[in-house]
Amino acid sequence: MLAGAGVVAAGLLAPLHALAATWNKEAFGAKSAADALKGIGAADSAPSQDIVIEAPEIAENGAVVPIEITSNVPGTRSLAVVVEKNPFPLVAKFDFQEGALPYVKVNVKMGETSDVRVVADAGGKHYSASKNIKITIGGCGG
Amino acid sequence: MAGPMKMRATSQGGVTEIRVLMTHPMETGQRKDPEGKLVPVHFIQNVTVKLNGKTVVDGQISQAVSRNPVFTFRVKGGAKGDKVEVSWVDNHGDTNQTEAAVA
Repeated sequence: MLAGAGVVAAGLLAPLHALAATWNKEAFGAKSAADALKGIGAADSAPSQDIVIEAPEIAENGAVVPIEITSNVPGTRSLAVVVEKNPFPLVAKFDFQEGALPYVKVNVKMGETSDVRVVADAGGKHYSASKNIKITIGGCGG
Repeated sequence: MAGPMKMRATSQGGVTEIRVLMTHPMETGQRKDPEGKLVPVHFIQNVTVKLNGKTVVDGQISQAVSRNPVFTFRVKGGAKGDKVEVSWVDNHGDTNQTEAAVA
């Protein structure tokens, strides 16, 4: 139903947004971290200490968990954020072009204590790092 | 309807930092209203950042980004007065955009 509404709306907006970006339905709809990573073509990644994740060790409120990520892997052109224990683990994927630095700060929701994995794509190879964040109040339910 | 956006872009040491706030409920589809009915999923899916008309960041996000999303991005280059534009599209096809000059 939602997909149908989206198609109708997209159709109405088509003239204004002929170049509208795509949204990776398969990866964002995945219910496991492994499937989400497969969906963005990053099933295999090498652990890297060149990906820096700045986030609290303990977040009192899972509705707003600030996460700041930087990739120092040369040639990084995209960064994906996966909260492994969320119902839909893939939270975001950013592609960087034309001088954008592989950096982003974003607030995410976390349903429970989880590892947060960041995957960088550099020249088609994937690198990842993760950090465990403890949640005292979940941010997904009511 | 799309609520207001706020943005600030500042250039320092050859890097432009862009901080943008979007007004959006970012409903996960798992929250219940006071009557116990599930609130339908409603969230921003695409975020695009442009510097002087060129796309620099192309983001896809899920309903797990917090309500009223705030993002910080960094772009190499960018001089005072350059134009930064940020736009979003949600799963209903609603959209909004804002622009600012680099300070």
